[in-house]
Amino acid sequence: MAKRPVPASAAGVIAGAIDERADASTRPGTADGDAPRNFAKRPFSFRRWFFATGWRHIVGVIMVAFALLPIVFVVSSSLNPRGTLTGSNALFSAIGFDSYIRILTDPQVPYPTWFGNTILVASVTAIGTVFLGALAAYSFSRMRFTGRRVGLITIVVVQMFPQLLAVVAIFLLMSAIGDWFPAIGLNTQVGLIMVYLGGALGVNTYLMYGFFNTIPASIDEAAKIDGAGHARIFFTIILRLTAPILAVVALLSFIFTVNEFVVASVLLIDSEKQTLAVGLTKLVSNPRYADWSAFSAGAVMAALPVVALFLFLQKYIVGGLTAGAVK
Amino acid sequence: MSTMIDDEVGTAPPQRPTKRQRRAANIADAASGGVRMLLVKMLFLAILDAVALYAAFILVTGGQWLVAALVALVAAVVNWIYFSRRRLPAKYLAPGIIFLVVFQVFVLIYTGYIAFTNYGTGHNGSKEQAVSSLMASSLQRVEDSPTYPVTVVDQFGTLGLLVTDPDGDALVGTNDQPLQEVDAEMEGGEAVAVDGWTSLSFADVLARTDEITELAVPFSDDPNDGAVRTPDGSNAYLYVSSLEYDEAAGTMTDLSSGTVYSDIGTGAFTSGDGEELLPGWQIVVGFDNFVRAVTDERLAEPLVYVTLWTFAFALISVASTFFLGLFLAIVFNDMRMRGRRYYRVLMILPYAIPSFLSALIWAGMMNESFGFINQVLLGGASVPWLTDPWMAKVSVLLVNLWLGFPYMFLVTTGALQSIPDDITEAATVDGAKPWQVFRLIKLPLLLVSVAPLLIASFAFNFNNFNVIYMLTDGGPRDSSAPIPVGFTDILISMVYKVAFTGQSRDYGLASAYSIIIFIVVAVISIIAFRRTKTLEELN
Repeated sequence: MAKRPVPASAAGVIAGAIDERADASTRPGTADGDAPRNFAKRPFSFRRWFFATGWRHIVGVIMVAFALLPIVFVVSSSLNPRGTLTGSNALFSAIGFDSYIRILTDPQVPYPTWFGNTILVASVTAIGTVFLGALAAYSFSRMRFTGRRVGLITIVVVQMFPQLLAVVAIFLLMSAIGDWFPAIGLNTQVGLIMVYLGGALGVNTYLMYGFFNTIPASIDEAAKIDGAGHARIFFTIILRLTAPILAVVALLSFIFTVNEFVVASVLLIDSEKQTLAVGLTKLVSNPRYADWSAFSAGAVMAALPVVALFLFLQKYIVGGLTAGAVK
Repeated sequence: MSTMIDDEVGTAPPQRPTKRQRRAANIADAASGGVRMLLVKMLFLAILDAVALYAAFILVTGGQWLVAALVALVAAVVNWIYFSRRRLPAKYLAPGIIFLVVFQVFVLIYTGYIAFTNYGTGHNGSKEQAVSSLMASSLQRVEDSPTYPVTVVDQFGTLGLLVTDPDGDALVGTNDQPLQEVDAEMEGGEAVAVDGWTSLSFADVLARTDEITELAVPFSDDPNDGAVRTPDGSNAYLYVSSLEYDEAAGTMTDLSSGTVYSDIGTGAFTSGDGEELLPGWQIVVGFDNFVRAVTDERLAEPLVYVTLWTFAFALISVASTFFLGLFLAIVFNDMRMRGRRYYRVLMILPYAIPSFLSALIWAGMMNESFGFINQVLLGGASVPWLTDPWMAKVSVLLVNLWLGFPYMFLVTTGALQSIPDDITEAATVDGAKPWQVFRLIKLPLLLVSVAPLLIASFAFNFNNFNVIYMLTDGGPRDSSAPIPVGFTDILISMVYKVAFTGQSRDYGLASAYSIIIFIVVAVISIIAFRRTKTLEELN
């Protein structure tokens, strides 16, 4: 269970996943409070097996089918050389990589550019978020100063209002900035990243703050006695010890940015500057665009890095948190 | 203020360090930082100052004194923070706070301001801009205008006209800059080049014909004097506006019909019979947007059903994902079952895929005539998944269930397993049936731990833009509404559509809708903080 209320939805997953693994390794066999089981050799009874675990497999198969249906569909249609939606309905009727080539080379659809833009914007945002958040979390965790509690409360309260609520004001602000400084205003990726960094001191800082607090202050003290200043303690000790949470925050921020549509669609006007979320959505919502399998190929390629990161993230968090970075 | 790195976390009250301690800390800092650190710091500050100086300079030349002063002030404060030996916490907080204040706090407040203005299509700028654009759009060639030989010139991408007037004087100007006399290089009585500008070659003129024919260089500061335009890039003629602006009276007069349009405080020149000249300009309209949203029948009805649907969507989404997740957590929480890990990984996949992609794929599968669900799963049925107002709502909920159940599954699995076994055992010993154990013991314990996550999930779904926009685009469209709103729109997607889609953009009305969301979100936050005591526990 989540010991601490973690406001971000994805953060809850981490808490859940961590606890689940940790518990599974330590707990005894019974789970649901069923009657104690006798493992003495008994003849196999289908009836008994079915009422104990068999029905669970049926639920599992149904749910897996539900979960995988769109995934199988999109993979199948991405491999289908024929383009249309109707042509994609016969699953795996034809296998070929034509649609991948089409989406990558279509001069009308700058898919590789979108892909690069997305990776660029999401990576820079992730790094910036981690850096800004870690700086703030360090000062909240290790220093005592006037306004500290107010600052923490402000961060928790402000994060309840996501930036997309103010999308109109963001658009007008960025177009005003663009009038004076076209390099960072409307229709620039730098501007978009700056807007995203406005949300850096949010839930992530809170997450990091909690983790920083678990690192004993005695380590700082020891370093200080050895002559390290605050900056050296932060960069060479704290950042190393908190690497797991930094990785988690970076990946969460990365995934969030890849998925962000509202602000990106408003700020990035030229097709060449857009991210995948904006580009692919506009592409497929254009009624004249009928190449469903090329879109599917694009979707599969766009989803792969995020899915990979997500599965990797689960493992990494559990490993990082349970191994214990501090002796 | 104080800089006690060694202060143990959580101990209160903090003590001020003595003078000796502070000095020791400073010496330690100075000894550890070294020259390299200092150089890096100086480098960053130098870059920052240079950028700030440049920005302030640009703003001052543009007459934006207030913004320039703010930029200078922020730069000064940053310098002060990083050069001071104290202000240690500020050194760590300043970068994040600057971004937070500009792109999160300021824009939220600014949204509140826009809600009280008429900002939108036709009301985009100041009154002067409205006047000049009205005059420019009604330019007509003067019948007996003299012919001005011109050369098209370029300065940093801005096109201008180098004009030779009948007296033989050279003048240069752009769209924003009225004609000014200059010393130009003359050739055969015509000005052909001037310092600071690049004259366009014949090929360049051909390539940029569209831009050049759009050019209208004001003749003087007075907009009534008209402008010089060139249809071909070599000869220009005088154009005057068919509108006449009387600055003292604040009126526009249409010279051809004689109609007088006056400024009656609605942000546009309006004639006696109510006809408006657009573009107008931006003014504060008070509560107009809010009054319009609730009293204009054509707007009030969509607002009511969109708000109700937003609540219904968020509540049903949380409930359906939670109960499905909980059910699955119970089903797969049996150690006797084989292969649970594989089921689990496969069921988490929907959560790992970016939701905008999933929603687009579902939209394809739910297509009425060609989609996979109708054609294959239902054998050629034509269920209007996305085109019928009620079916579209069901589809949105179904897709959101698909997107959200893995999260609830993970969360409830973790919460279930953290409930100690001995509680269950004690209850069983006392004679409780498994269902009673679950209903009376596990579920209450579970709800205590997941309640904050359910509230967070509600807040998230309340603004779950992606699934609505990608799946149905809010549709099917409500054709009786004057704004582009549909039957599955939630508040945030309505804001987006009112502000950024359709023929006319209405930022004021969109911001007024945002204020409604602010209020709901604030109420949710208050409930969440009360419930979880997050704020009290912060230390």
